[in-house]
Amino acid sequence: MKALARLYVALIIFFLYAPVLVMIVFSFNESASVWVFQGVSTKWYTGLVTNTAMLNALKHTIIIAVLSAVISTVLGTAAAVGITGLRNKLSKKLLMSVTQIPMMNADIVTGISLMLLFIFIGKLIGLNESLGFFTVLLAHITFNLPYVIMSVLPKLRQTDSKLREAALDLGCSPVQAFFKVILPAISTGVLTGFIMAFTLSLDDFVISYFTCGHYQTLPIIIYNMTKKSVTPDTYALSTIIFVAVFVLLIFYNVLQSKTDKKPAKPIRH
Amino acid sequence: MKNKSLGSKLLSAPYIVWAALFIIVPLIIMLYFALTNEAGVFTLANLSEIGKYKKAFGLSILYAAIATVITLLLAYPMAYFMTKLKISSQRMLLLIVMLPMWMNFLIRTYSWISILANTGIINTFLGKLGLGPVQLMYTPGAVILGMVYDFIPYMILPIYSVMSKLDKSLLEASEDLGANAFVKFKKVILPLTRPGIISGITMVFVPSVSTFYISQKLGGNKTMLIGDAIEYLFNLGVDYYNIASAISMVLMIMILVCLFVMNRFNDDDDGGVVI
Amino acid sequence: MKNLKFRSLSLAIIVCIVSLLFSSCGYEYVDLELRGKYDRSLEGTVLTVYNWGEYISDGSDGTIDVNREFEKLTGIKVNYLTFESNETMFSQVENGGVNYDIVIPSDYMIQRMIKEGMLDEIDTTALSNYDLIADDYKGVYFDPEEKYSVPFNVGMVGIIYNGKYIKDIEHSWNVLWDEKYKDMALNFNNPRDAFMTAQILQGTDLNSTNEKEWEAAAELLKKGKKNLQGYVMDEVYGKMETGEAYIAPYYAGDYLTMVETNPDLKFFYPKEGTNIFIDSACILKSAENKAAAMMYINFLLEPDIATANADYIGYASPNTAVINNKDYYYYGNEILYPKKEDMPPVQYYHDIDEKIRRKYELLWIDIKLY
Repeated sequence: MKALARLYVALIIFFLYAPVLVMIVFSFNESASVWVFQGVSTKWYTGLVTNTAMLNALKHTIIIAVLSAVISTVLGTAAAVGITGLRNKLSKKLLMSVTQIPMMNADIVTGISLMLLFIFIGKLIGLNESLGFFTVLLAHITFNLPYVIMSVLPKLRQTDSKLREAALDLGCSPVQAFFKVILPAISTGVLTGFIMAFTLSLDDFVISYFTCGHYQTLPIIIYNMTKKSVTPDTYALSTIIFVAVFVLLIFYNVLQSKTDKKPAKPIRH
Repeated sequence: MKNKSLGSKLLSAPYIVWAALFIIVPLIIMLYFALTNEAGVFTLANLSEIGKYKKAFGLSILYAAIATVITLLLAYPMAYFMTKLKISSQRMLLLIVMLPMWMNFLIRTYSWISILANTGIINTFLGKLGLGPVQLMYTPGAVILGMVYDFIPYMILPIYSVMSKLDKSLLEASEDLGANAFVKFKKVILPLTRPGIISGITMVFVPSVSTFYISQKLGGNKTMLIGDAIEYLFNLGVDYYNIASAISMVLMIMILVCLFVMNRFNDDDDGGVVI
Repeated sequence: MKNLKFRSLSLAIIVCIVSLLFSSCGYEYVDLELRGKYDRSLEGTVLTVYNWGEYISDGSDGTIDVNREFEKLTGIKVNYLTFESNETMFSQVENGGVNYDIVIPSDYMIQRMIKEGMLDEIDTTALSNYDLIADDYKGVYFDPEEKYSVPFNVGMVGIIYNGKYIKDIEHSWNVLWDEKYKDMALNFNNPRDAFMTAQILQGTDLNSTNEKEWEAAAELLKKGKKNLQGYVMDEVYGKMETGEAYIAPYYAGDYLTMVETNPDLKFFYPKEGTNIFIDSACILKSAENKAAAMMYINFLLEPDIATANADYIGYASPNTAVINNKDYYYYGNEILYPKKEDMPPVQYYHDIDEKIRRKYELLWIDIKLY
């Protein structure tokens, strides 16, 4: 039974990693094919340096991911603290329901509705071009916010509200109380929210597809590439990202395992 | 105390404005498009047009449902076996399950072509064994496989996270009371892990039913799921924004109704949060 | 503490990746012989060009990088973007979400864009290289007064097949419906071209205004669907080059590119006839940098540049400096420049009235859902 269970787990892992393996192998392909292997070469890796379109897209992706994660973390944490303090049950419930819309809704609907808004506003203020850096940033912040709020809220609920009052009684200003008492207590939630936001932004394709205009991110470039023939350089870049994330996660896990005993929270795509 | 409430309002105010502007207003604009014609005149014509797309809706729901069931059947034992391992191995496995999610899903999907194509890895291997090529790509099966593959982590993780918190004493109690493995599963484990199953189902079903990439790449552009139809219409030009918005609204309402029904099955009322 | 370490680690990785972005690139500029005069009066401005995918010489494998050469010459930054069908291009330009200066659509789409008032007039007398365009391609039906477009490429649709697996083939559109090639044949993933394959077989006009004829073509396409491996656009490259599919209709120029990779590939023009098209450069009314656009269009006509593009793209050129250039890679190529007696019957696409256009655009969904 135990052996069977192990075999099962191994099979699922194989299923999860088969395409990743294929990607890594073909990134070292001598020929330009991602189907037929013709000898080992690292030319796709060295060739990446001159692929300005792809590197520009990578730059855009990182800029958007960092900015949207930072802004949504700040805005979302403030919102979570605010929501917890709201006394009107109805408005609280309403706000929570609205917050969940981008999480629950199909990405394609979110993307299109935002595109319609941006084009509408663009026309309204007479812009020649309404989509670009700012719209894709706004869109990313919008779909990141709920995830930040949802990971901070439970931590806030666990935090004793008396802590804040105690801090105030001891002469802290509300701002001081927030930074000295509340923030440390919810820091793991804030960090989880930040990482989630960063990850979601990095990988988002559908919403960026409708809102990015000329400011193309990596998933958009990859989508355009898969419309013709994908060459191994795309695989090479993905392999580099994969290894980077792998190393990052291993470190994070090792560090976290020393203190935290809780399993990681699931992330929705 | 009054001061606190004011502070809360001030803190949540930016977000409330944000949510109104970027969540509510876009949907209102979409609704406006859905209920008007190209000239901006109110009409219900778009809604009656939607009947023409019922096959696309039907196919999307069918494929997504099959993919969700397969994902559940694969993920549930996986999550169960994971909880049986040492804590350190569990942590490692969790990492392994999550890692592919950090990679671009377009590339991961595309890699399946290398495996499934007529000239791909499986068929090359079969060819070496003297077996004829099997048509694996460009079939409904390939599309469903793509959905299962892309979204299975979203099923494993919530089920695992519920399962790992199961109270072991309950299981022992049921064994003491003479329950066999099947009864134990049906009466104890399954009901207790239901919240995980439900959030897993929603997290797999929603992206599957609205996808427009998987069906194009793995299905050889031969079908038109509802996501493909929306994308196609939007790319034809402004003339089609009205009908495409109407289809999007229906898709959204359908998804929200599904989620609402799913949540009814979920006793765990945590403020309506599905995750 | 752990968070700090984690953060500094992620920062380090990000810094590594970003520093990669600013490393230099290894393109070597060439000495161009130029007919026109180019100055740097517009230095620092941006020109946005929206063109078909794989439709410009980009510096790969020792070719000329047209955009980079233009940037070096004029100091104008070229923002170069690609589309995969006329319809996608149209919707992008129409909704106003993004701005372009130059677009390079096909004939019927230019006709539509002129009708919708989207194109700006081009003063061809201000283009010093306009005289290089062959007379055959001047003042064609979609722009009879030569006011809106400057021809870039000319092409015809034919059928590509893999000679390794198919020895004998009927030179007809019928092959796409032939059960011998079940699961191995492809068709276009855009309605206009896909409908063409059926319309020519049925002998109907490609620009028919009779809804019944479009419905009949749709029926034929539905019948053929189970035979197809899929509908593709530029994905056809990978599929034909690797032998994943055996037969595909596509543009002749792309065949010439594919055969460089897979010499087994063969090509013919179906005897029933085919579509001929002209892709021309146009300037949008909404263009922000019209002066730079004029400069760029003139640059595309430069003999050196036009030849580099024609060599790279593999489509037929309307530029006499290319056609008559003995060093041109496809000089006298019989597929691109067939002799009069080898020329199949050809038809252009015209802009069709809105009702018919909507008809076939929606019939396409029926075909996909069949």
